[in-house]
Amino acid sequence: MKGRSRIFLVLLLTAGLVFSTVAVASAGGTLVFGSSGDACRLDPADVTDGESIQRMDNIFEGLVEYKSGTTEIQPCLATSWETSKDGKEITFKLRRGVKFHDGTDFNADAVVFSFARQYDPSHPYHQYGEWAYWGYMFSDIEKVVKIDDYTVKIVLKRINASIMTSLAMFTVCIVSPTNAEKYKEDAFKYPCGTGPFKFVEWVKADHITLEANDNYWRERPKLDRLIFKVIPDASARLMSLEVGEVQGIEYPDPTHLDRIKANKNLKLLTQPGMNIGYMAMDCGHGYKDVNENGVRDADEPWEKTPGYFEPLTMKKVRQAINYAINKRSIVDDLYKRTAIVAKNGMPPFMLGYNDEVKDYPYDPKKARELLAEAGYPDGFEVTLYVMPVSRPYMFDPPKIGEAIQGYLADVGITVRFYQVDWATYIDETEFGRHQMCLLGWTGDNGDPDNFMNVLYGANACSIGTAGNQAFYNNEEVQDLLSKALQTYDVEKRAEYYKKAQEIIHEDAPWVYIAHANQHVVFRKNVYGYTLHPTSRKFFYPVWVE
Amino acid sequence: MKWYITKRLLMLIPVLLGTSIIAFSLIHLAPGDPARTMAGEHASQQVINAIREKYGLDKPLYIQYGIWLNRALHGDMGRSIVSNEYVTREILDRFPNTFELTLFSMILAIIIGTIAGIISASKQYSILDYTFMGIALFGVSMPVFWLGIMLMMIFGVFLRWLPISGRIDILIPLQRVTGFYLLDSIITGNFTALISTLRYLILPSIALATIPMATIARVSRSSMLEVLRQDFIRTERAKGLSERAVIYKHAVRNAMIPVITVIGLNFGLLLAGAILTETVFAWPGIGRYVVSAVRMRDYPAVQGCVLFFAFMFVIVNLITDIIYIYIDPRIHYK
Repeated sequence: MKGRSRIFLVLLLTAGLVFSTVAVASAGGTLVFGSSGDACRLDPADVTDGESIQRMDNIFEGLVEYKSGTTEIQPCLATSWETSKDGKEITFKLRRGVKFHDGTDFNADAVVFSFARQYDPSHPYHQYGEWAYWGYMFSDIEKVVKIDDYTVKIVLKRINASIMTSLAMFTVCIVSPTNAEKYKEDAFKYPCGTGPFKFVEWVKADHITLEANDNYWRERPKLDRLIFKVIPDASARLMSLEVGEVQGIEYPDPTHLDRIKANKNLKLLTQPGMNIGYMAMDCGHGYKDVNENGVRDADEPWEKTPGYFEPLTMKKVRQAINYAINKRSIVDDLYKRTAIVAKNGMPPFMLGYNDEVKDYPYDPKKARELLAEAGYPDGFEVTLYVMPVSRPYMFDPPKIGEAIQGYLADVGITVRFYQVDWATYIDETEFGRHQMCLLGWTGDNGDPDNFMNVLYGANACSIGTAGNQAFYNNEEVQDLLSKALQTYDVEKRAEYYKKAQEIIHEDAPWVYIAHANQHVVFRKNVYGYTLHPTSRKFFYPVWVE
Repeated sequence: MKWYITKRLLMLIPVLLGTSIIAFSLIHLAPGDPARTMAGEHASQQVINAIREKYGLDKPLYIQYGIWLNRALHGDMGRSIVSNEYVTREILDRFPNTFELTLFSMILAIIIGTIAGIISASKQYSILDYTFMGIALFGVSMPVFWLGIMLMMIFGVFLRWLPISGRIDILIPLQRVTGFYLLDSIITGNFTALISTLRYLILPSIALATIPMATIARVSRSSMLEVLRQDFIRTERAKGLSERAVIYKHAVRNAMIPVITVIGLNFGLLLAGAILTETVFAWPGIGRYVVSAVRMRDYPAVQGCVLFFAFMFVIVNLITDIIYIYIDPRIHYK
């Protein structure tokens, strides 16, 4: 063979190798899940973003956990618990014989370690995290005390009926103290829990590999390996799924849903998400939370918000705006039917949802009448803050803003747009600089308090950190919400929340727009996955055929 | 020559200092609070304050800069606010990926671009010339995002020849030594990983190469045409040299000087990461990293990246200048 043709042959063979579809023998039960982003950190107590959380949920466990697909609580690392008579102490019996992935025994010391490092500034490991969720969800916990090796007691500062649901959150998952000691400030890179999967490797911005925990205290997971692969672009993510490079993906683009449904090799899982997208109208009641306790105290007087705007302080005007907006059309055309129309401030599947509330129908005529009654027959000019980013509860806010602008123009209200980058947007709306703003909320723990009190209570009107962006103050509502948090009686709680929703509906400080659905897509040979209302992703029961 | 290189390296100091000041001011002037971004929506003021204090964000700007500079001089660019990892580590984790992709696409762009340019120039106004330059025009005007998706559709979904997204088949184990996957697979003698890495490189390289390839083709054509009109070429032809010898032995070498400048510039730019290509192909490169760092107001990360990019750019320019010496017969350093 001549030199040249030999080179040609070598090139041809190499090209053949490169282009041939190298079929990699897939190990029994490996699932590659296409995520939209990488995790930030891998310490459950120190993460706030969905991507980090979905990795944590398969490595770590808490004292309690959600029943599959619900926000009800069931035992996990704790086998049982008892609440003291005054409701301020909860004593947990811990599961015996459980080991962390590094072989350390799970016991009361590990529980105390996992909690104390978050709330105790003098704890040697406190310096290694920000513990952002602790301050916001768990500040009612005073301390966690070891009673014996397998008993711990959580002492509360005040009764908090949502604390048990919160204990199913990733924030209070139990971490291995030995592992923390070994890696110190770098422990967030080497997660070690008691969960169904063990951490293997993290290739930054590319993938995180987990493998089955053979010593899991329950039955061993069916998957041998679980890999989270980062594919930021939604089109690329779907294509990777179509060709089988990954077996599941999150956040499909809403415009791709028909293509997914038409593909026999894929299955689309859909469920109403635990969220609310709304437009808030600034009623003008703010206060400065000087002692930063999250409650408006007697020495913290009401003051006008910077965005105070006379017309919006009138109930009739706010009701008129509710009548003027065609929410059905927004959901059908802008959410592309991937949401349901909202009439209350929390999703319908939650405890205490008031289905008796009759939503404001689309009725521009009625809206004009109400405006005239309020003294604004010719309308007025108002500024609407429009979010610069899509959020799980609101796709394409500028389009939604334009729709609202159109509807309100029909009844004589001129809407001016205001847009600013996202971080500043949150800042300004929490400061109450807006007259009206688009925003929303995704629930954290599945407890109604996490919607009602955080978003609609008067205590949440604190200028600078407001969750109540309508700066709506109704003492009766706040009273109901506080009562609901101070009783462990589920029926009573539901009643309080229902009543609160009724009053809020009448006062109409928000236009509740939609509850967006959550979607996950799998290849058809993937079984056992159940969507969770909080959008958290648990792969323990999943298998691939 | 040695003195020249030393001088150029010394010039790095003011360049890097200047860049760091500009980068530092720009990101701090932009609205948005990193402490708040990190604490998440509705975080309590206490948490936000604690974060601000921990990262020194509560101090005046010039003090923040001073602290940062002092640390950077000691080789510590700080920890990322978002990930809590050392910024140097974050960069080193991603840079090899960007480098391999850049190298591959530039090789592709240089080979195809220069050949097309030279052929077009030597056969000016021929069908070949029009075809090449038409393609080149198409190439510079092509949105990379769209091209990437099209390549994936054709070669990934329909033909199933090549993989769609990622750096390597994640089911293939590869021991990471240097972070450069091609190198690592060769060092560890992992042939399967080598083939996989090559397969994953092809589509993003093509997507990324398109624009530089088109630019190089156009520049080499015009530079070639200019050289071909010069006196010494007429002399060569008059001497009776074959057209082939005139073009490949004499014209090309002279025509390559502006092309090298273009290559150097493109190389430097691509080393700062190709955000769109990296996003479409899920390439874990530095471009995606810096964009998310800016979005999250991750000051230490942005600072570190900008400094790193400036450094790479200066180095690439230096190398380009050195290459001139060997190519341009008119340049001599004593």
